[in-house]
Amino acid sequence: MAKVLIVAEHRDGRLKKATLELVSHSASSGNETHVALLGDGVQSLAADIGQAGAKVVHLAQAPELKSYTAEATTRVVAALAKSISPDVILASHTPTGRDFMPRLAARLDAGIASDCTQLSYQGNGISVRRPIYAGKATAEVEFLGSGPKLATIRANSLGAPKLDASRSAEVVPFTSFELSGLKTRVVNVVQGNAGRPDVTEASVVVSGGRSLKSAENFKILEELADVLGAAVGASRAAVDAGYRPHRDQVGQTGKVVSPSLYIACGISGAIQHLAGMRTSKTIVAVNQDSEAPIFQVADYGIVGDLFQVVPLLTQELKRVKEH
Amino acid sequence: MNIYVCIKQVPDTETKIKLNADATGIDPTGIKWIVSPYDEFAIEEALRLRDKNPGSTVTVLSAGPARTVDAIRTALAMGADNGIQVETPETADNQLVAKALAQALKKEAKVDILFTGKEAIDDGASQTSQLIAEHLDFAHVTVVLGAEYTAQSVTCRREVEGGAIEIIEAQLPVVIAAQKGLNEPRYASLPNIMKAKKKEIKVLKLADLGVSEADQKVRVKNLQLPPPKAAGRKLSGDTAAQVQELVRLLHEEAKVI
Ligand SMILES: Cc1cc2nc3c(=O)[nH]c(=O)nc-3n(C[C@H](O)[C@H](O)[C@H](O)COP(=O)(O)OP(=O)(O)OC[C@H]3O[C@@H](n4cnc5c(N)ncnc54)[C@H](O)[C@@H]3O)c2cc1C
Ligand SMILES: Nc1ncnc2c1ncn2[C@@H]1O[C@H](COP(=O)(O)O)[C@@H](O)[C@H]1O
Repeated sequence: MAKVLIVAEHRDGRLKKATLELVSHSASSGNETHVALLGDGVQSLAADIGQAGAKVVHLAQAPELKSYTAEATTRVVAALAKSISPDVILASHTPTGRDFMPRLAARLDAGIASDCTQLSYQGNGISVRRPIYAGKATAEVEFLGSGPKLATIRANSLGAPKLDASRSAEVVPFTSFELSGLKTRVVNVVQGNAGRPDVTEASVVVSGGRSLKSAENFKILEELADVLGAAVGASRAAVDAGYRPHRDQVGQTGKVVSPSLYIACGISGAIQHLAGMRTSKTIVAVNQDSEAPIFQVADYGIVGDLFQVVPLLTQELKRVKEH
Repeated sequence: MNIYVCIKQVPDTETKIKLNADATGIDPTGIKWIVSPYDEFAIEEALRLRDKNPGSTVTVLSAGPARTVDAIRTALAMGADNGIQVETPETADNQLVAKALAQALKKEAKVDILFTGKEAIDDGASQTSQLIAEHLDFAHVTVVLGAEYTAQSVTCRREVEGGAIEIIEAQLPVVIAAQKGLNEPRYASLPNIMKAKKKEIKVLKLADLGVSEADQKVRVKNLQLPPPKAAGRKLSGDTAAQVQELVRLLHEEAKVI
């Protein structure tokens, strides 16, 4: 059993599913699970964390914590870690987790493994694997020395969180931190595509390539995504052609995603694209060229014209849902 | 301004990865080495900032084995002024590398701004910038898409969750980690390539920096190639039949919808 500290993430007053995934996995592995919940007016989020199996939620609240910064987060979590001495500190490998966790590791003089896709607990330590060389290999990372072991975990790698309404966590306010003299300040956050999940977090991603031929034509993928509650991704060719913004690009020079279902429509399956999605649990490919390399990683393939297949698929999913 | 850039030499993306005999690293034979693509945005941003602020210099640092000087020469050919190689072993982790680079930077008279890539495409760690920033007690901003500089501060546009863009102001000195889109990196010019060949590159050893292999915090125990995926199934029948079969399989076999 390990003492595990998980740094919670939330946005727009809602906890990230990826946080619950870490909490639920830690708790069901039999660990003493602590969660650091930072923000301003976020106490209500502790309930879900408790349902996922945390023992203690350490609630750190201050006006300076309203908008996330790596600087403030590092200060608070480092102070908390010094006070409760966890064996393991985890965060999700999201834009937030990957931003502050290395800084925290340096401050605690501790080892860190990032973007892990496998995590298991052993005694009071962890064993992790992470993809390297854009997924062409994976590495088992061993921690040296005695300090806490830090890791960031790719979203959707540990399975869906299990919530149990009969569970709750003890909520302990944490106030022993200092936030004066900060050197970074969030001026503004310009919202992105509200309503649709981010490609890195969604459990289903529908992606399109160059073959969509225009930004307008992506509408058929959006309709499919709507039925599935999915995010819409794109190949680099589609992004370079201006059909989608770069933030939607999946691949080596875009986002790395690991959803439970990835549907590639009119994407050839270049090695750089595969680097961003090959760890997806189930892969579906729709391509009119039966020799396209994407079929080598696809669990299910449809050889055909996406402009026919995708609308039919949307219809069929709607039909099945209604029954 | 005293502008610095950290760059990493990495295998070209097209390189086929083979494991070494004991599967603790990769077999280096036949690998084509390049400057990690995000680091090119870092170099370009440094050069542009220098050119807007007369009297400034751009110094490029890279940690790694002897081959690393080729990456530094590439940056010099793009227009950087000075190069420093920090000798680190192939097996060094991000912590050891960052500590060595931070120590090398501490030897410099003054560092106003340090640019890095948002991640190196070989280890994909996105750690080194933040680690260096912490060792130097600098602010850091990662995944930067755009930046405006004043003498005291920099205001960055950075990519955050859900496609949102955060505007963040950081006081100098600062570490900025570049995302694609920050700029369009230039190509090396012929005169610069010739000049770069002759430039002296300073070499620092770990011992010169007060850093040792004991500063390493993690190590790769073993590498594995991904297990070959069992050949998938191409569905048959007319389009409507294939679509129906797909939905059934996703529901009943893969259980993902
Ligand atoms: C350093 C580097 C980094 C890169 N990073 C990335 C990255 O992050 N992400 C990325 O995706 N790529 C990346 N690439 C580019 C990559 O090599 C490919 O060029 C790109 O992925 C191709 O995109 P595509 O599949 O949309 O286009 P194409 O390769 O042109 O494929 C189009 C496919 O659509 C099929 N098709 C055409 N019409 C239809 C139709 N009507 N119905 C069904 N199928 C149809 C075709 O058969 C074909 O297979 C990178 C390349 C380099 C060199
Ligand atoms: N060995 C190195 N030498 C110099 N800079 C490095 C080195 N490793 C990483 N960096 C810098 O840190 C960034 C992030 O790398 P990483 O943490 O490995 O993903 C890279 O884009 C480089 O700018």
